[in-house]
Amino acid sequence: MANIMVRKDAAGAYSFYLPKRDLEDAIVKMEFDSAEKWGGEIRLNNGGAYYIEPQAAPARFPISLRAKRLDAAE
Amino acid sequence: MSALTREETEALIQEVLEVYPEKAKKDRAKHLAVNDQTVEQSKKCITSNRKSLPGVMTIRGCAYAGSKGVVWGPIKDMIHISHGPVGCGQYSRAGRRNYYVGVTGVNTFGTMNFTSDFQEKDIVFGGDKKLAKLIGEIETLFPLHKGISVQSECPIGLIGDDIEAVSKKAAKEIEKPIVPVRCEGFRGVSQSLGHHIANDAVRDWVLDKRDGANFESTPYDVSIIGDYNIGGDAWASRILLEEMGLRVVAQWSGDGTIAEMELTPKVKLNLLHCYRSMNYISRHMEEKYGIPWLEYNFFGPTKIAESLRAIAAHFDDKIKEGAEKVIAKYQPMMQAVIDKYKPRLQGKTVMLYVGGLRPRHVIGAYEDLGMEVIGTGYEFAHGDDYDRTIKEMGNATLLYDDVTGFELEEFVRRMKPDLVGSGIKEKYVFQKMGIPLRQMHSWDYSGPYHGYDGFAIFARDMDMAISNPCWSKQTPPWQKQPETEELKKAA
Ligand code: SF4
Repeated sequence: MANIMVRKDAAGAYSFYLPKRDLEDAIVKMEFDSAEKWGGEIRLNNGGAYYIEPQAAPARFPISLRAKRLDAAE
Repeated sequence: MSALTREETEALIQEVLEVYPEKAKKDRAKHLAVNDQTVEQSKKCITSNRKSLPGVMTIRGCAYAGSKGVVWGPIKDMIHISHGPVGCGQYSRAGRRNYYVGVTGVNTFGTMNFTSDFQEKDIVFGGDKKLAKLIGEIETLFPLHKGISVQSECPIGLIGDDIEAVSKKAAKEIEKPIVPVRCEGFRGVSQSLGHHIANDAVRDWVLDKRDGANFESTPYDVSIIGDYNIGGDAWASRILLEEMGLRVVAQWSGDGTIAEMELTPKVKLNLLHCYRSMNYISRHMEEKYGIPWLEYNFFGPTKIAESLRAIAAHFDDKIKEGAEKVIAKYQPMMQAVIDKYKPRLQGKTVMLYVGGLRPRHVIGAYEDLGMEVIGTGYEFAHGDDYDRTIKEMGNATLLYDDVTGFELEEFVRRMKPDLVGSGIKEKYVFQKMGIPLRQMHSWDYSGPYHGYDGFAIFARDMDMAISNPCWSKQTPPWQKQPETEELKKAA
């Protein structure tokens, strides 16, 4: 499990930040993205993948979360 | 000699790599690249933030340098103890020229060096007692200080001292904040991790101390984050923001105080100049306090105007008008500077190798003078820095990450720029080669370079370096003809 931060920019696109490794990247795919169910498997632009426990969509961004690494790029 | 083609630049990289043994070659090749503006993601072309190769000359610093030297050091009303042996603090003392107002030794302490001066017995028996004693002495000798930070040098982590416990206890006794920072030099691959650790220490020990406290805010409160007031940079930036109608609540950390840091969560917008060293705390404030942050660039009139407008876009019409007024007011001044220097500098080429934000931020300022940046690189950047750089640099220009002494010399020798912007360690090598160098870490004892006032100084300095007639009269010592030596002997 890793601590990550998810941001949402003005255009509504999500980006991913892993403070431990200072890795910033765009989230290209998010499994669930609705008000009731949000999260699941996320894919990064660099090819990496993480899993966020599906939950209600956070009211405010950025938000720090715990995520499981499924497949790290590099 | 600018404008190498892509193939030529690639060939150059290959040639330079030729001297390395196979393994080193493979590793270094990943850190050198030819810029391609079509690449969206820098990691496809350049690797960064990796451990330097043993055996090469790297120009990086350590985590302690990143924390004490960069982030914490400039906070002027705190005393920063270089905890460990005397050298780390003494040899880096006041080298960064973070200007501040105040009476040194009375209410400000920026250029002083405080150290616990570890001796053998402290390594053997631990230094916690010494630290506690030192804090007591500081309190007696410098009663006007507003707080203390304990900047760990390598041995602290190695011998396992508990500086947190000492700090907590002593802070109660003297009733001032004491911040232990675990920035031992061996952590991470460069000073970059030191920045991160320092940011985390600010977050954990300083930032929330005035949450809920009374503060008369205005809708125009901003803070300047990541400006270290080198040669007065933050002052030259601050006046522009104030002129356009904003209120600058805090300066991080050049000429800054701990009170300003504690008040930063009250601002409406964080203005981030050095992204590399302070994005961490900006992200934290965005999440915890909902304060947006904005990267800006105050090098050269083009970028300044762009940045002022971008900043104003976060506020109402009053500020937007203010920004336009500021731009219009300085425009004739800037035109005069450009008219004076551009004819002399037009078409000249520059290669940069610095840290933090400069390898990309100053490009615009050079372009305002008609100069071209043909190579750039960072000491300790991460992927996101290169993402931002690729767009700023011309196509087919050279990018080098954590460049070694040898590579940089070789690149400069082949590409023959008219100016190199780098650090003091590189300065004399290139000047002996007959290539002028401006030391771009602390502006070669000049500055400020930020803001409109700074640009005038920047232009003058670059002109002074390049147009100096001495460079063509220089023969590097290693190119002196042996005959002349013998002739001298004979004479
Ligand atoms: S690496 Fe360690 S010993 Fe060297 S300057 Fe940094 S803190 Fe001091």
